[in-house]
Amino acid sequence: MYRYDHYDQAMVDARVEEFRDQTRRRLEGKLTEDQFKPLRLQNGLYLQLHAYMLRVAVPYGTLNSAQMHVLADIADKYDRGYGHFTTRQNIQYNWIRLEDAPDILADLATVEMHAIQTSGNCIRNISSDQYAGATADELVDPRPYAELLRQWSSFHPEFLTLPRKFKICVIASETDRAAMKLHDIGIRIVRNEAGELGAAFYAGGGMGRTPMIAPCIREFVPLDQLITYSEACLRVYNRYGRRDNKYKARIKILVHELGKDEYARQVEEEFAHLQTQGIEPPIAELERIKTYFADPPFEAGLPDDLDRSDPDFAVWLDRNTHPHKQPGYAIAVISLKPVGGIPGDASAAQIHLMADLAKEYSFDELRVTHAQNIVLPHVRKADLHALWRRLEEAGLATPNLDRIGDIIACPGLDYCSLANARSIPVAQKISKRFAETGKDEELGELKLKISGCINACGHHHAGHIGILGVDKKGTENYQLLLGGCEGDDTSLGKITGPGFDEDGIVNAVEKATDVYLARREEGERFLDTYRRIGMEPFKEALYG
Amino acid sequence: MKILTGNDLKTGAVVWWTGQDWSLHVEDAVDVGDQADTILAREEAARRVNASYAIDAERDADGGVRPAHIKDRIRALGPTVRPDLTLKPADPDAGNWVI
Repeated sequence: MYRYDHYDQAMVDARVEEFRDQTRRRLEGKLTEDQFKPLRLQNGLYLQLHAYMLRVAVPYGTLNSAQMHVLADIADKYDRGYGHFTTRQNIQYNWIRLEDAPDILADLATVEMHAIQTSGNCIRNISSDQYAGATADELVDPRPYAELLRQWSSFHPEFLTLPRKFKICVIASETDRAAMKLHDIGIRIVRNEAGELGAAFYAGGGMGRTPMIAPCIREFVPLDQLITYSEACLRVYNRYGRRDNKYKARIKILVHELGKDEYARQVEEEFAHLQTQGIEPPIAELERIKTYFADPPFEAGLPDDLDRSDPDFAVWLDRNTHPHKQPGYAIAVISLKPVGGIPGDASAAQIHLMADLAKEYSFDELRVTHAQNIVLPHVRKADLHALWRRLEEAGLATPNLDRIGDIIACPGLDYCSLANARSIPVAQKISKRFAETGKDEELGELKLKISGCINACGHHHAGHIGILGVDKKGTENYQLLLGGCEGDDTSLGKITGPGFDEDGIVNAVEKATDVYLARREEGERFLDTYRRIGMEPFKEALYG
Repeated sequence: MKILTGNDLKTGAVVWWTGQDWSLHVEDAVDVGDQADTILAREEAARRVNASYAIDAERDADGGVRPAHIKDRIRALGPTVRPDLTLKPADPDAGNWVI
């Protein structure tokens, strides 16, 4: 994985000291909150319901065990013994003291981490495929390109005050596991007919109050023009994106209002201009970055055979592992969704353990997924059983990847000052209900996502079943959506009808799944059945 | 009744105006009548509180103070999904007060 060079480290260290000084001045009364707020937000420090919240960037979700250990240490030393992994492949701490924040950033800097650009109207953490560099179905590892974009976008002076926040995703496989088309810019590394690698650009996607699927604006950008084309996309948005209304300020609104063709035309015009300016980093820099993402020293000739005689292990194997590009290896996913648990939360002890397991079994590497789970990307198949035993002892072996218990949920009104309703209790009740009734076994792949407000941090638009919490005259109310999907065939969920109270939404989800179980045809997932039979049978069951 | 709340500048902890100081406990909150703006301006300037605001609340039958909106009741108690992290970790029914 990428290691900081002198410039990276110097920038991060300087930022820590700058923020230490800013914090001191705030505590001494030399800065007002109005003056200090944008400064703390630039360092990922929010003020939430119960305390300050620190969001730490995990670039494209990739971590090593030393970094993971420091994340656990922060949870223990400065927070309340746990962290929350987010849908942006980051980690958040909910109980931070302002006076500790500079020390936390200093601790993070010792392992090449920071919280810069995890808030504010700038280019946020670049996200990617959690199986990058390991999966059998990718063209190349997308992370060198994500890293190049990270370096380009970090402290980019032109893009630190965009109309709104800006999220970029890079993938390199046909299968989209990163919700690429629901980003401000989605980039898919592709190969053209001449066999050359390039990038397909999708622009104007996003969730939030106005969900949009990003259209493709250019099918092939040569990789030696990746940054120049990205800059052109941002420049057009920065110039014409609305600043008069924050709810219409995202690039998706601009692309929608201009039309994809006109936006693409303006980008091409800017691209042509920028090509005369020589802003593209030398290809040698990309090659330098690529060396950090070379394959680990895989053992050759390992067997693919597995002993499946332990039935519980066999279930975990089938559900929580993914094919690896290297024979004899597998990608293992650690579910942070125990039955009745809080999606994405992990205790300091669990974080330490996952770090140790990465060191022991996965060439020192971990990934955070946008579904709030953790990946060990390179595990020898011969080690899977031992790994599973260690996970099981720590409550980390729930075999529910992409099933109804693997719920994405934002922190909701239990923690978030923007939320209108609690998300986590609903997730817990659904998880318990389906585990108790055993229906989770029958349902197969079913992605359920819950947001506590219209900002959609819980990706409810993209859930096969989505739930949106709203405030209805001072009480929590939950809308049900069906038919969303974040993958290759991205679609946006549709609201079924009037909302439900907390227990009512749990019953409604069960009724919807009952329709699926009654109407599904051979091999159909919930989403497939919904797409075939439409909304009406579900509405009939819910409201009839 | 109108009560005042905010977050402690240093720790971020939720606090409530008692008439003389800020308390972690909502039951210490007092009715400030029409003095909210004056008190908040003075307290923010003195850096005794951060992100402060006035809310509606009512007195319980047992004399406690109950914020009108669920968001402030969650702020007053702590996250309903982590009773161990609330101000009343030993009370298994504390979450019912929020709902």
